[in-house]
Amino acid sequence: MGLLSDPVRRRALARLVLRLNAPLWALPVAWLERTMRSVGLEVYTQSFSRKLPFPDETHERYMVSGINVYGILRAPRAASTESLVLTVPCGPDSTNSQAVGLMLALAAHFRGQIYWAKDIIFLVTEHDLLGTEAWLEAYHDVNVTGMQSSPLQGRAGAIQAAVALELSSDVVTSLDVAVEGLNGQLPNLDLLNLFQTFCQKGGLLCTLQGKLQPQDWTSIDGPLQSVQTLLLMVLQQASGRPHGAHGLFLRYRVEALTLRGINSFRQYKYDLVAVGKALEGMFRKLNHLLERLHQSFFFYLLPALSRFVSIGLYMPAAGFLLLVLGLKALELWMQLHEAGVGPEEAGGTSGSSPPHPPTQGVGLASLMAPLLVSQAMGLAVYILPVLGQHVAAQHFPVAEAEAVVLTLLAIYAAGLALPHNTHWVVSTQAPDRGWMALKLVALIYLALQLACITLTNFSLGFLLAASMVPAAAVTKPSGPRPLYAALLVLTSPAATLLGSLFLWRELQEAPLSLAEGWQLFLAALAQGVLEHHTYGSLLFPLLALGLYPCWLLFWNVLFWK
Amino acid sequence: MAAAVRISLLVLLLLGPGGWGQAEPPRDSLREELVITPLPSGDVAATFQFRTRWESGGGQPWGQGGTDHSFLRYAVLPREVVCTENLTPWKKLLPCSSKAGLSVLLKADRLFHTSYHSQAVHIRPVCRNAHCTSVSWELRQTLSVVFDAFVTGQGKKDWSLFRMFSRTLTEPCPLASESRVYVDITSYGQDNETLEVYPPPLTTYQDVILGSRKTYAVYDLLDAAVVSNSRSLNVQLKWKRPPENEAPPVPFLYAQRYVSGYGLQSGELSTLLYNTHPFRAFPVLLLDTVPWYLRLYVHTLTITSKGKENKPSYIHYQPAQDRMQPHLLEMLIQLPANSVTKVSIQFERALLKWTEYTPDPNHGFYVSPSVLSALVPSVVAAKPADWEESPLFNSLFPVSDSSSYFVRLYTEPLLVSLPTPDFSMPYNVVCLTCTVVAVCYGSFYNLLTRTFQIEEPRKGGLARRLANLIRRARGVPLL
Repeated sequence: MGLLSDPVRRRALARLVLRLNAPLWALPVAWLERTMRSVGLEVYTQSFSRKLPFPDETHERYMVSGINVYGILRAPRAASTESLVLTVPCGPDSTNSQAVGLMLALAAHFRGQIYWAKDIIFLVTEHDLLGTEAWLEAYHDVNVTGMQSSPLQGRAGAIQAAVALELSSDVVTSLDVAVEGLNGQLPNLDLLNLFQTFCQKGGLLCTLQGKLQPQDWTSIDGPLQSVQTLLLMVLQQASGRPHGAHGLFLRYRVEALTLRGINSFRQYKYDLVAVGKALEGMFRKLNHLLERLHQSFFFYLLPALSRFVSIGLYMPAAGFLLLVLGLKALELWMQLHEAGVGPEEAGGTSGSSPPHPPTQGVGLASLMAPLLVSQAMGLAVYILPVLGQHVAAQHFPVAEAEAVVLTLLAIYAAGLALPHNTHWVVSTQAPDRGWMALKLVALIYLALQLACITLTNFSLGFLLAASMVPAAAVTKPSGPRPLYAALLVLTSPAATLLGSLFLWRELQEAPLSLAEGWQLFLAALAQGVLEHHTYGSLLFPLLALGLYPCWLLFWNVLFWK
Repeated sequence: MAAAVRISLLVLLLLGPGGWGQAEPPRDSLREELVITPLPSGDVAATFQFRTRWESGGGQPWGQGGTDHSFLRYAVLPREVVCTENLTPWKKLLPCSSKAGLSVLLKADRLFHTSYHSQAVHIRPVCRNAHCTSVSWELRQTLSVVFDAFVTGQGKKDWSLFRMFSRTLTEPCPLASESRVYVDITSYGQDNETLEVYPPPLTTYQDVILGSRKTYAVYDLLDAAVVSNSRSLNVQLKWKRPPENEAPPVPFLYAQRYVSGYGLQSGELSTLLYNTHPFRAFPVLLLDTVPWYLRLYVHTLTITSKGKENKPSYIHYQPAQDRMQPHLLEMLIQLPANSVTKVSIQFERALLKWTEYTPDPNHGFYVSPSVLSALVPSVVAAKPADWEESPLFNSLFPVSDSSSYFVRLYTEPLLVSLPTPDFSMPYNVVCLTCTVVAVCYGSFYNLLTRTFQIEEPRKGGLARRLANLIRRARGVPLL
């Protein structure tokens, strides 16, 4: 492990860091190219541009164009069929320049070794995740998000694993690892285990979700802390946003994670050599892989770095929640059956014949209106905000991004007025049958959606199930209506989002005031819409086209007359 | 002193049998040469070639009209990585093994410290006269390695034979009729020399290789003056002016191949063909063999260059048969000057039978490289040389006419992951349990839902009817 042991290399690294710390407003492409080439890599660049659907106020960007630089270290005597990626996403300012320095030092060290069996790609992307997305799409020659980018000149076969590196400050006192990817995808657990092994070996302080590893499992503190970590992971995964540049690799079946060097103001700090050693170890291990990582779990929840909750343990919880919907639907079905068959019994036909068709037909026709109207509402929530941003910005004193969010909320709220609009189609005969049939359909619809979501993104599915199922099960037009209405509003998808934000900040020990919470809520909505358009995140369409219309159906049931 | 005596004895023993058997060893049987090409990046390429010929017993093996194409076979093993196991038997084919001559340099631990390694055995019949009345067989072995300045040279750009192979040359192989070392001393760009070789060469050789003019310093091991000065030959290269770290010059024709798309259902094989010649277009013959488990959709075959569709002038396609033969796709494509041509074809990944998966199914499955054959226009006109007289490396890429040279390129092999069942233990347990449950459930369900009825015996056969007729006639109760 001769990394940075000789003074020449260490001086070179210091020079790099100094150079990179100068105020930069764009990636020093020419300098990076030259440096990578002098290290002995095959260097290529890729330019990309993307016009966001509306200005991103959190990152202050709208028309984005940038250049990615990557260097390929060719494995000796190999045919470039497999590769590993070390990526450093760079933001608009030079926040991640330490990581670039470390990456270049690692590249120089790796280049001198002869044991590589897989090519290694050192990738520096501009505009952090946008650049990564552009590079990944160009590497796999697909266009998922409408990114304009130049084709790649150099490739290195199938990417087996990737590590994203972020060092946010000069002083690193702990390493945080992020696994949650786009749409809640997770890398194979073995990759995390690998990282944990090198953390222990190098004596590094490693954290998960910014939380220290609980030492004492016997007292109440340890488990309590791990529950906090677990909840943070659930919230993070449910958000469906990539928690680092690694998140975008997972779509292409590349196991990836992000390492963040964090200054958490502890007394022991690590120099970059320690971090570099951990990275070197990980890459050497990955280099030895004969197959893609597949032996370990792909679905897990992490209460601590060294412990996980397997899918077999947590899935039944979601299953039982969904069972409630199923049972409720069954009950309604039987009630409907009895109501339909009861008077017909006098007709004298045999009991096994279907309940009489005429009333059933009327019931279905009366269901079509609320179903269609609520779906149309969902479509409006999905399409109109981005489409009508300019109109809104012209007529109201708001910026485009605000206009999008406010339109979204306005349409969302307008949906609540729906039940009053659908009354004219509802048949006057047997009003009970009407709402029962509607609720039956809504219950089955909700159960199916939640089941599908739970299978792909457990955290999201579970959060939604936990919030929506009780209200959905008890809602009916009779009884304490205001109570039901309050319950329904509190468990609507938007309210769940707001609640999750408060919970998230609470767990991070940075509680929000109400006004801050509202601002954060608006920002989260804007980010959600943006991430759908820029990375193909599915949370926004899922909520707008699937769960919101479904929730409206329950609202309809509540105000059935 | 004792050690020295023992070594000389050994040498005597080795040389002995040759001297006893024949007074004059047949020196036309082996030609060996080593070409050293220093690259501007500091890397050094070394290519060994050994050629032996012997007379075949009969006349012409393959008729007058040339090769019968129905006998042509092409096979690739894309997974194989060359290692010492391949080198040892290869060395044993050499007449002097690795005891004398250039093959002394073939030391495995140095050869596998390189960044590139290519090893080949060519065997072919060669006509011995213009009418091809008698044929001899030719065995040609080539070995090319590229020494990496970064890894093996520790960043230094000067080289010597000893540095590269940790051996020096002492004597030619006694069976060799020719044993030479060529060092490329062509100066790059400038008029004056950029490269210096030591010891100074007695002769130089100039020729057009791969379309550009090259100058070589020649060391003939059979020439006593070369070796005898210091009893060993250790060719050294020194860069007079260290070349800058620039991107290496780009060849006129190169190619790249990759799989695009994601997911385990479909994908696309793309081949990029680069023609960097500023003004000349040339045709390329592209040969693709794709395993049957990638089901190609031939209607999606698109060839575009410079944004326009490029129609191949010749296409030969042989569809795959499952588990029998792979797809074979051969095309003649004209590459416009200074262009990138993209050849892409979509495929779907087939499901294999579970016994057909390799022991490491999650590694992925290899797709063999495409083969490109082209006549690339050359910068300098070459005069068609007499191949027998010119060095061996010259005849590796034969020049058919003066304006172009032949190149065969292999793209990189591909690694494609197929949908793989989970071969782990829980999966097997689930499968087994499901089967058992299904069988039990099926039979129980059958048992529980079946209604049992006692079947009335049938009315009876012909005999019984007859009996009944008689009984009725008699007025006796029926059976």
